[in-house]
Amino acid sequence: MNWGSAQAFFDMGGYGLYVWGSYGMTALGILLEFYLVRRRRRMAEAQSHRRQLLDEDNT
Amino acid sequence: MERVEVQRSGGIWRYAAPAAFYPLAGKLAPWFFALAIVLTVVGLYIGFFVAPTDFQQGESYRIIFIHVPAAWMSMFLYLIMAFWCGVGLVFNTRLSFMMASALAPTGALMTFIALWTGSFWGRPTWGTWWEWDARMTSELILLFLYIGFMSLHAAIDEVRRADRAAALLALVGVINVPIIYYSVKWWNTLHQGASVSVTAGSKMAPLMLQGMLIMSLAAWMYCIAVALMRVRAIIVEREAGAAWLNEAVA
Repeated sequence: MNWGSAQAFFDMGGYGLYVWGSYGMTALGILLEFYLVRRRRRMAEAQSHRRQLLDEDNT
Repeated sequence: MERVEVQRSGGIWRYAAPAAFYPLAGKLAPWFFALAIVLTVVGLYIGFFVAPTDFQQGESYRIIFIHVPAAWMSMFLYLIMAFWCGVGLVFNTRLSFMMASALAPTGALMTFIALWTGSFWGRPTWGTWWEWDARMTSELILLFLYIGFMSLHAAIDEVRRADRAAALLALVGVINVPIIYYSVKWWNTLHQGASVSVTAGSKMAPLMLQGMLIMSLAAWMYCIAVALMRVRAIIVEREAGAAWLNEAVA
């Protein structure tokens, strides 16, 4: 175990800004990508469904 | 139409048809996500609680556990993307181009993470956020190649032409990957040389290396999972209205 306290953990030996700035942006990027991919599929499915309904109307 | 195509071709090749690959990707993606989460938890535990403090860099070195995996993925994903582009151009298979398109945004994200974490690591260790050094400049060019691939694809209306034009760009850009990799050897860079190499093995402390390799595996699993999800979205976008899709999505 490297850290005596939670404070020491967040401080990262004085490098807190750099370490958490790196990890924070990575987490943000991954969460954003995950959200965007899910939204993209949902929108595509809704679009496909609308097209299907239109096709059925026309026949 | 699609169903006939699927039934005729056997073995693993049947998954080259979007209709067959769509459900397969849907089944695989959650497993890759689960693996990514487990590996990330283990990797971060080793990275923060088991691996010792670096005697030169103090705690700032812990950025390595995301910086190196992201940088590796940025290059791997480009090579895989270019591979699918090549396959698509030669065999004219639709799914290959869809795979390439599915990989580009994730590759761009990995490149961005590598640059961002590199900058946050460079500031305390080198005293600068950015330097126009060969390694950093070629990695930045990689980001522009990914963005260029996506923009070019988006700019051409007809999807088949967009696929081919973007594929050509991706293939020309492959030259940049060995440049990134060997930049620290070919030029006198601020960036350090490789600590882990196929030919020379590792120069890192075993626990640091372990954490880094587990995080690299986690990055692989995440990229595969999210690319599978995106290729599903792309299949739905492109095959909208196809009979098989109506059944699959409904």
